[in-house]
Amino acid sequence: MKRSLANWLDSGAPWVWINAGAATLCLAMVFGLLLLLGVKGLGHFWPQPVLQATYTGAEPPASIIGEVAASETIDADDLYPATPGEEQGEIERQLLKLGNRDITGGDFAWVLTGLLEDVSYPPELAVIERREWGNLYGYLNGLRQAGAAVLPVGAQDGTGEARWNELHSRLDRARDLRREIERIERSIIADINFGMERLRLEERQLVLAGGDSAGALRENARQRESFDAQYAEIRLRLLELNRQIQRDTALFRIADGSTVEIPIADIVRAHRPNGMDWVESTRVYFARLIEFLSGNPREANTEGGLLPALYGTAMMVMLMSVIVTPLGVVAGVYLSEYAPRGWLTRIIRVSVNNLAGVPSIVYGMFGLGFFIYLAGGEIDRLFYAESLPAPTFGTPGLLWASLTLALLTLPVVIVATEEGLGNVPASLREASLALGATQFETLWRVVLPLARPSMLTGLILAVARAAGEVAPLMLVGVVKLAPSLPLDTQFPYLHPEQQFMHLGYHVFDLATQSPNVEAAMPQAFATAFLLVAVVTALNLSAVVLRGRLRERYRAMDTGAWA
Amino acid sequence: MKGGEFSELNPDADGVRPEPCLETRNLSLRYAGNRRALNKVRLTIPRQRVTALIGPSGCGKTSLLRCFNRLNDLVDDCVITGRVRLEGKNIYAAKVDVTELRRRVGMVFQKPNPFPKSIYENVAFGLRIRGIKSRRRLDEIVQESLSAAALWDEVKGRLHKSALELSGGQQQRLVIARTLAVAPEVLLLDESASALDPISTLKIEELISELKKNYTIVIVTHNLQQAARVADYTAFMDMGEMVEFDTTARIFTNPVKRRTEEYITGRYG
Repeated sequence: MKRSLANWLDSGAPWVWINAGAATLCLAMVFGLLLLLGVKGLGHFWPQPVLQATYTGAEPPASIIGEVAASETIDADDLYPATPGEEQGEIERQLLKLGNRDITGGDFAWVLTGLLEDVSYPPELAVIERREWGNLYGYLNGLRQAGAAVLPVGAQDGTGEARWNELHSRLDRARDLRREIERIERSIIADINFGMERLRLEERQLVLAGGDSAGALRENARQRESFDAQYAEIRLRLLELNRQIQRDTALFRIADGSTVEIPIADIVRAHRPNGMDWVESTRVYFARLIEFLSGNPREANTEGGLLPALYGTAMMVMLMSVIVTPLGVVAGVYLSEYAPRGWLTRIIRVSVNNLAGVPSIVYGMFGLGFFIYLAGGEIDRLFYAESLPAPTFGTPGLLWASLTLALLTLPVVIVATEEGLGNVPASLREASLALGATQFETLWRVVLPLARPSMLTGLILAVARAAGEVAPLMLVGVVKLAPSLPLDTQFPYLHPEQQFMHLGYHVFDLATQSPNVEAAMPQAFATAFLLVAVVTALNLSAVVLRGRLRERYRAMDTGAWA
Repeated sequence: MKGGEFSELNPDADGVRPEPCLETRNLSLRYAGNRRALNKVRLTIPRQRVTALIGPSGCGKTSLLRCFNRLNDLVDDCVITGRVRLEGKNIYAAKVDVTELRRRVGMVFQKPNPFPKSIYENVAFGLRIRGIKSRRRLDEIVQESLSAAALWDEVKGRLHKSALELSGGQQQRLVIARTLAVAPEVLLLDESASALDPISTLKIEELISELKKNYTIVIVTHNLQQAARVADYTAFMDMGEMVEFDTTARIFTNPVKRRTEEYITGRYG
């Protein structure tokens, strides 16, 4: 027996088992993480049933309506004072999302499951997602148009289905009006603002330059008048649209029996989850998911979408790649191919490797001090003197964030490039040189093409790191809520000086900075899941790209090669 | 070229006294750490003959070979003194264009090292470096070179397939074709058949005998039979010194130095 154990140890099998075990553990952790984020994040969009019950724990017993957000079992001693010698056992309690924050003050409450009585799930109970104040739970009680009650056309009973359908047709109308308002605000008014700002800056430039500028100023004043006239006209149109959109209101009977009236324009989505089959549930699920991916955040980021964060993250990573790739590759090529092998090169190489270990917040400090205050401030003084004291580049923004992250990821690209160049067999270099190629021709035609896949791997790693980085970004350009996207239809289209939103920071903000923690939680999970998905997608696309390059390289071998 | 130096080359088997092509005088080479690889080597390589460099491992054969195309320049802290002349001109002179020298003195390495490109592009590499772009001219030279390296018939149907799909022997002949494509005068073969199977070795040896009509060939080999089979002249080196240089027949049958005889007969090295 002893002999066979020794044999087993000698065979090397234990090592294989240990290695396989470690690999399995890693995989389990990765998939476990993805599963947790996926279930918690993506499950949040599925419509949950809404219960109505009488809560006898309150004095007097209250009628409540809400969704179960969480449930747990706690020690009864935590709730009631313990009596010596008496075992109280455990108690189950549930976290209910009660909504109606504007009426009741809080929208979440813990209730003891045992004290809920007459629990029912009435199919006509409605969930109203609103632009403000979170969800409203209640029964649709009536509709009003300009203060007068509306009886739906063709309704036999004047209640129920017909009223619900009428609500939806009025919701559609409000949505169309809102789209029109947003279009006007985003394009026409933005154009006017942009033009007015340009005029103001031109005037300041003229004043700063001195000299005779009366003619130019007159021309500016004329343009300003035309802008003012345009604006007055648009304002009237907006007022009219706003009046129209406020026309309809809906009445809801809520849990305590009272009736509330809310403008239909404030409703994002209305559905009755208890009465929905899975087709309808799926429809609501995807509508919410699409809003999450393509909409703007609402309610201090706890509701709505995160398109700006997604967009900002992608823009920053792209800008960073454009900066870091040439810089890193050129530096790597120099260090590996041309730098004389001496102590100075060794010191540089060690420094580059150590840069990869510098805490990222230090890069953030450097970016703030060097890029923003020094470089940005200087740019403002030289090129944007007319808009001072308001800074243009001397303030955190997309460009500085990208530059800071480019610096942060530079070592990764340099090291990968050097590694790739070092892996090219010396025999191939010698072959090329022996044919009369210069060192540069050898580098360009033989060595670099072979090192390309490993350079791309370096870029992949850099991108993955940058997309997930948060700490330095907080100093150099990321904000909780950005008013506009860094790339839009306003000249000059790309706004590298603007602040932007970022998925990683969004997660931080939701998880720790939200005023309504319970409401923010699912959104935080969903955002974290999206962040992981984005990083994975970026990596995958880079892997695919690398595979393509390899293929093209192979194809290039068989065709003309220039 | 002084007349006196002709006398170094004894007449070959046919009684013809060849002209010198490459000459070294007092050639010494030291690597980093003062390791001396060559010590005052004096050697005259005959034109359009095959010269074999033999000797025990570490005797400096390869170092000497790499002096002929200045590939030693790439080695850090490598000090070369003395003279190497190609057709009477010092190749270590300051104004020498090293890339042009390397075109004139082609080299084939121990292990086949084709580029990871197509067969065609491997052969055309040196030509593209020289700026030849005409498709017709490239096609022509590629075919000529592959024919001269006795590879054309085997690869003519798959010129645009990867060179890495060829067998070891074919790869080595491809490398020879690649070297021939830039029209060199001298071919240096550094144990170029040692990593191949016997049949491929035989093919390479036949190729060498064929190529010597047009090229001056220097081979480094550990295989004495190979040297006896293909070389017209043989140089025996030991400890970085040129021990003996003469026609192959004389070195193998009637060496002057005792060290040479001991090495040839297998008692040394």
